[in-house]
Amino acid sequence: MTKRKNMAENTSPAEKKTSRRRVLWRVCGYIFEHKWLMLTAFAVMLVANLIALVAPYYSGLVINAIEPGRGSVDFETVGYYCTLLVVIYVVSAAFTYLLSFIMVRISQRIGARMRRQVFDHLTNLPVSYFDSHQTGDIISHISYDIDTVNASLSNDLLQIATSVITVVGSLAMMLSISPILSLVFAVTVPISLVFAKYRTQKVRPMFRKRSKKLGELNGYAEEMLSGQRTIKAYSIENIIVDRFDGHNEDACDAYYRADYHGSVIGPTMIFINNLSLTLITALGGLFYLFSITDPNLPLILVIDLGMVSAFVQYSRKFFGPINEFANILSEIQSATSAAERVFALLDEPTEPADRGDAVVLSDAEGDIKMEDVRFGYTETKEILHGVNIHAERGKTIAIVGPTGSGKTTVINLLMRFYDHDSGKIMFDGKELSSLTRDSLRSAYTMVLQDTWLFCGTVFDNITYGTDGATKEDVIRAAKAARIHDFIMTLPEGYNTVLSDDGVNISKGQKQLITIARAMLSRAPVLILDEATSNVDSRTEKLIQDALYALMEGRTCIVIAHRLSTIQNADRILVVRDGCIEEQGTHNELLDKGGFYASLYNAQFK
Amino acid sequence: MALKRLFGYLRPFGKRMSVGLVIKIMGTLVELALPYILSIILDEAVPAAAAAGDTKAGIRGIIFWSCMMLVCTVSALILNIIANRMASGVAKDAARNIRHDLFDSTMRLSCNQVDEFTVPSLESRLTSDTYNVHHVIGMIQRLGVRAPILLIGGIAITLSLDATLALVMLAVLPFISLTVYIVSKRGVKLYRSSQRAGDEMVRIVREDVQGIRVIKALSRKYYERKRYAASVDKLVGAETRASLTMSISNPLMNIFLNLGLVAVLFVGALRVDGGECAPGKIIAFIQYFTLISNAMLFVTRIFMMCTKGSASMNRICEVIDAANAQPAQVEDQPSDITSGDGDYLTFDGVDFSYFGDKGGALNLSDVSFSLRRGGTLGIIGATGSGKTTVLSLLMRFYELPTNCGRILLDGRDIREIPPRQLRRRVGIAMQNDFLYAGTIEENIDFGRGLSHEEIVRAAEIAQAADFIGALADGYDHKITAKGTNLSGGQKQRLLIARAVAGRPEILILDDASSALDYRTDAALRARLRELSGEGGTPITSIVVAQRISSVQYADLILVLDGGKIIGSGTHEELLESCDVYREISESQMGGAILD
Repeated sequence: MTKRKNMAENTSPAEKKTSRRRVLWRVCGYIFEHKWLMLTAFAVMLVANLIALVAPYYSGLVINAIEPGRGSVDFETVGYYCTLLVVIYVVSAAFTYLLSFIMVRISQRIGARMRRQVFDHLTNLPVSYFDSHQTGDIISHISYDIDTVNASLSNDLLQIATSVITVVGSLAMMLSISPILSLVFAVTVPISLVFAKYRTQKVRPMFRKRSKKLGELNGYAEEMLSGQRTIKAYSIENIIVDRFDGHNEDACDAYYRADYHGSVIGPTMIFINNLSLTLITALGGLFYLFSITDPNLPLILVIDLGMVSAFVQYSRKFFGPINEFANILSEIQSATSAAERVFALLDEPTEPADRGDAVVLSDAEGDIKMEDVRFGYTETKEILHGVNIHAERGKTIAIVGPTGSGKTTVINLLMRFYDHDSGKIMFDGKELSSLTRDSLRSAYTMVLQDTWLFCGTVFDNITYGTDGATKEDVIRAAKAARIHDFIMTLPEGYNTVLSDDGVNISKGQKQLITIARAMLSRAPVLILDEATSNVDSRTEKLIQDALYALMEGRTCIVIAHRLSTIQNADRILVVRDGCIEEQGTHNELLDKGGFYASLYNAQFK
Repeated sequence: MALKRLFGYLRPFGKRMSVGLVIKIMGTLVELALPYILSIILDEAVPAAAAAGDTKAGIRGIIFWSCMMLVCTVSALILNIIANRMASGVAKDAARNIRHDLFDSTMRLSCNQVDEFTVPSLESRLTSDTYNVHHVIGMIQRLGVRAPILLIGGIAITLSLDATLALVMLAVLPFISLTVYIVSKRGVKLYRSSQRAGDEMVRIVREDVQGIRVIKALSRKYYERKRYAASVDKLVGAETRASLTMSISNPLMNIFLNLGLVAVLFVGALRVDGGECAPGKIIAFIQYFTLISNAMLFVTRIFMMCTKGSASMNRICEVIDAANAQPAQVEDQPSDITSGDGDYLTFDGVDFSYFGDKGGALNLSDVSFSLRRGGTLGIIGATGSGKTTVLSLLMRFYELPTNCGRILLDGRDIREIPPRQLRRRVGIAMQNDFLYAGTIEENIDFGRGLSHEEIVRAAEIAQAADFIGALADGYDHKITAKGTNLSGGQKQRLLIARAVAGRPEILILDDASSALDYRTDAALRARLRELSGEGGTPITSIVVAQRISSVQYADLILVLDGGKIIGSGTHEELLESCDVYREISESQMGGAILD
């Protein structure tokens, strides 16, 4: 993620602009799917705004009808236009609501579609994506970024359209009332536009810095809170608080600096607004005066009291959107960069499709062979340097070796989470790439070091991956995994919902549930990846028999810490630095007196 | 309540704030004068000059009053900018103090309290809540003055212009307030439920990202998609309801405002006809009307912001109050280290439950043992058997209630020893302990200001010197947050180095060597034994482990099960007396860990 950000910063402004344009086009694609609703929305908006636009004109006419003064007010006109105004306002409000109704629909639909698309894409991404991206980042794309795009779609789009109509409309109205008075805007509008542009340019980096500093503060706080117990243990709370104060000061300063320079914008916009009002009043007053006193005044300058009033009202309307201009612009910018991030995720290459001639692996037996397999996660660093393994059907192969020696990598290749660079991997004598991924993977069942349970009932968690398992099957599996008794002590038994804040179950118990899940599966190959390292020795002893039962009749690939699990393996492979250093049975390896023997004997020292 | 606390934080800046407020009020007042002057020009200057036929006087009047408007405009600009900047300054200082107090409090919370609040919740209080409060303090100073003054001033001026018309206009205000109140009340409720739906969706994504291997292995892609789609549908429903409810308020308010405007026009017409009002006043009225209705909008916004701000402030105060509710720590009691040869550490009939009196099973029950100075205690047992609880009580992470037995250190009840003093005597390394972004040296030093020699010595004891030496930048090597760029064994060695670096009296290793291979573990144990014999204060060690080999040389080994001691003694004694211990031992001997 950070890598991508850096790259984006390195691109030239021109490239940035074209990429932004491409993003906008892509967003338009989503909108286009709802083109009829969108057109309706625009029509409704047009009506609502045009209606609202004529209102000040009519109120000006009312004032003209009042103007003759005492005893001579034209009540017929007043009554007529007042009624008209009421109708206009009610209709315009109704249309406004209708409009938001439509827009909420559209933006919700687009948002939901994007969310589903992103999620579906996530499920198609290779495991390597998840290994190299932080969960928090991925989540922020699917929630926060899409939210931002969504909000922008439902608000900004309409606001821009409304603004354009309001600005154009009120300008037209003002021109029709008095072209000369309208010249005032030829002075004030450019001032405000230039000012807004200049200011936002100056302030934007400050706001960026503000969020950056706040992010740093968050990071620090998160880190320290998670280590609170250790901090207490070493009594260094004061030092941690002092360091926090440094971050706090930075964050507050950045906020202040942005605020300090940003605080000019509001009053200045109001100032320009008031300046126009002053000029309009002065000129309008003069024209009004001449209209009364000078009968020879050119017609273009003639104005009456009502129209001065209407003009002033229009000028306020006119300036509203111009004041908002800067805000909308920055919102659109943040929405565009959010959309850019979403699209970047959508553009991540998926797992390559199965080969065209790939066949479904059926009646898998579980004979696995690796021949001279080489692989590295990056091109520069090879992890496996020509590995040969043969796991015959029903046999147990144990892989041992220090951390980082490549044990888990072997599993990643066997399950095609990653594709090997060279050599051959065969399942039942067929090249892995000639099989469909789904059918290959369903030939495995596994118990991994990181237990994975989702928020759902115990029953659902155990049956996960096995369709159509009955209650009896589940209980049998749970009993075999020695977890049935524990489950029965839960408030709702097998229907207890496992969640973060609900029932408290230990790591070991979680592991047992995943073992029960594996018990239920009929897959011919079992992978145990340091599966018992979270279970204490005593519990491990208890489930040892269960594991043997689970291994019965399956080809097993075991990666384990403890020798007890693997002593009985048919073959033990000792991996060191990406090569198989030695292999054989437990006794053979001990007799050989190599690396394995030295590790084994260390415990008796 | 919460707002009162907030004002407490603002009080030190009272002077600055009052000056800022006065300036803001002046700025607002000059702005209010604008429509007033406008009505003077149109209603008095022009008609009077026209009536007198004196165009020049009219022009002079118009120019004079226009210049007045200009003066007001400019001064409004300057005053408002100054006031806004002062407000930002106050907001910054107050927010900084609040955030400091909050963080300080989180650090002082007991572990019980942290469990109750949960870390993510504390985190969001530290960040988004303080951010909200910062924002609100700034906004209230700006809008909080401007809007009410515009509102009240506008009403006052309209009342003086024409009381009857003003009352007509004011008649719509109650309707507007009611609308805002009802809509926002319902809206907040709906937003909360849409937030919950959003959390639900995020939870599924989080689960699936973490479990992607399992999902792919079991080919559950389509199942997960369905599960996720259902959560999205729920979210869409909730969000739609909330947005539709909220978006009704604007059109409704506009209707009320504009109906008021029409009413003013109509009643105005009646009054002008009756000679009670001048037409120009109605124009001014319309101006004020816009002003007042804008102010109304702002007041409702301030109202919403205050609700949000006070909710945030409440969440902040909860933490601060919780931290303050703890008894103050006495720092300077003499630590009477007796050098007697009697029992150094004693647990005497300790019962403990994390849930206190709220029921639930005891996490420790009747735990008693004693250990001599310089001795080694081994604790072994299943997950959840209470091993870590013993340590947490010893460290006073959790407080042992009064009638639940005693823990004595050097003959003194640890509840009488100030926690900081107690902890200063201990070095502890836990299984998944805390490494932070920084150099290796910083992580071992851990803010204690130890010398480089001390750190090298500690690393050497902890068997970490070799791998540190192999790094290009040695002790200056940068560790990422949580130490993700180190292997499990390397992390544990650094944590042990940290624990021994402060030359503690008591060294606690809580499952701290589980990722070490047997050879390293054995070397570490040998080194620690040497250390204890090196003279000076002997080190008393407590080793919690799942491996028999890590504890088998301890002077005393406790076998815990379900919070009870089911066996205690030396390795040989336990092999004789304790079935469980023997069972574990047999399963492990020849069951070395090869990592």
